[in-house]
Amino acid sequence: MAIEKPELLGASEPDDTMIINLGPQHPSTHGVLRVRLQLDGERVVYAEPVIGYLHTGFEKSAENLTFQQCNTITDRLDYLAPMTNNLAYVLAVEKILKVEVPKRAQYIRVLFAELTRVASHLVWLGTHVMDLGAMSLFFYTMREREVILDLIEAASGVRMNPSYFRVGGLAYDLPDGFHEKVYAFIKDFPRWMKAYRHLFDGNPLINVRLKGIAILSQEDALGLSVTGPNLRATGLPLDLRKDEPYSSYDEFEFAVPVRTECDAYARFWVRVDEMYESMKIIEQAIDKIEPQGPYATSDRKISLPPREEIYGNMEALIHQFKLVTQGFPVPAGEVYHGIEGPRGEIGFYLVSDGGSKPYRWRARTPSFYNLQSLPLMCKGGLVADVITSIGSIDIMLGDVDK
Amino acid sequence: MNHNDPDILGRLAERFPQGFTSVQAVDQPTLLTTRDQLVTMMQYLRDQEQYRLCLDVLVVDYLPDRPRFELVYHLYNPWKHARLRVKIRVGINEKVPSMTELWPGCNWPEREAFDLFGIQFEGHPNLRRIYLPDDWDGHPLRKDYPLTGTRVD
Repeated sequence: MAIEKPELLGASEPDDTMIINLGPQHPSTHGVLRVRLQLDGERVVYAEPVIGYLHTGFEKSAENLTFQQCNTITDRLDYLAPMTNNLAYVLAVEKILKVEVPKRAQYIRVLFAELTRVASHLVWLGTHVMDLGAMSLFFYTMREREVILDLIEAASGVRMNPSYFRVGGLAYDLPDGFHEKVYAFIKDFPRWMKAYRHLFDGNPLINVRLKGIAILSQEDALGLSVTGPNLRATGLPLDLRKDEPYSSYDEFEFAVPVRTECDAYARFWVRVDEMYESMKIIEQAIDKIEPQGPYATSDRKISLPPREEIYGNMEALIHQFKLVTQGFPVPAGEVYHGIEGPRGEIGFYLVSDGGSKPYRWRARTPSFYNLQSLPLMCKGGLVADVITSIGSIDIMLGDVDK
Repeated sequence: MNHNDPDILGRLAERFPQGFTSVQAVDQPTLLTTRDQLVTMMQYLRDQEQYRLCLDVLVVDYLPDRPRFELVYHLYNPWKHARLRVKIRVGINEKVPSMTELWPGCNWPEREAFDLFGIQFEGHPNLRRIYLPDDWDGHPLRKDYPLTGTRVD
């Protein structure tokens, strides 16, 4: 579909342009992103993202932690979707260890991965629409996200950085009464979405400020390594949950929302439609999860023995001691595993030298690559559309700067 | 489940005899090529074999070895869902051709490799530090860079 690109004004000599900084302490840059804007009046001549304000050297830290301990770092990359980061990491380690995880644990992983996807998209929806000028939706989406965080807290004990998935399975079993809470959430969700859609369906604010803005063609998106909803909004149905099913995703029925307009409007609706599809997966997953059953592999060389076993069994005590003090050794070699996170392909590349600490720990974080498309999207547009572009890429600075 | 192309290394061997050696890996076809072959091979992989996404560019530091660094490219075919890993070895002061001509998305990961490992890319449009300040001393992800410590000048 052909869309007119905003016209670039003729005069772009260095004398006529002005350079201003957007951020890093600007509320609409979703964190600490700084954008160096070269402006010709109200038109953007060039927008250059400047990153690194949240750089914490995770990859260096990880080389000094055991494979199990590195899991806590993955939470902090994309802190709005910690469970999908956990999942990508533990799947990579399990791939090189060749560990089989019980089906029940796989379904619980799917459930939480989709819950975090909905939570992450809710934050995006609230902040993106707030950037466009509609304040009230933000309060509703944050309130509803809290319900999902309560579910995560019920299972893992913390709201934000759960580290609930462990190599070999899960950290703990689901608590009593968890199924009822999820069913209540599934029942409430359509009502919330209906209320949200009253606020943005047909809203001129959404239509006018998103249609034809921040265009990224499929050719450019592929060249710039863009993945996730941003790529699916260019007409390419690339979703690793469907294409390379992991953690039993092939047993679930869901659709992959795709749009072909390539603009911010398409990206908006791809994400909104994805929330409905995620809810379908959550419904199927909670039905598949038995109330009782194994939640981690029975291989005691990898997963911690249960508490009651430690108190009565010498071997279990030794395993516990060994795993906590040294960690498990991982066979020498290299592995990469990528999964579909809320923002695109999140993957981990690990090199092991045969010890219990990774020799090289590399995170392929989607926002870092997606953000590269910002200069292309903003070129020739208005300053106000820079904000729209940042929101529609859905960046997460913890993910960009790692 | 994966859809990796099992014959890709065979087809490459026909086209680039003695151009590379295949490496055993648990997850995807992996090959180790040379710096001279890299650009033509990548061009072929992108245009003929449709590996249109370069997912990642990264460096591994094998300190006592020579050449010291290993540069790893993760390629992806978005239609066949096939993955491929291409590696080259780079010494400490050697220059590597930049892949930004083929995949503009290699821009930032190559800047990151320059910032954190000090790899020099030839033909990169903007090879500056990306995470650290411009006046930073050293390249933190190298194995001989300490994890913690106070500078004593």
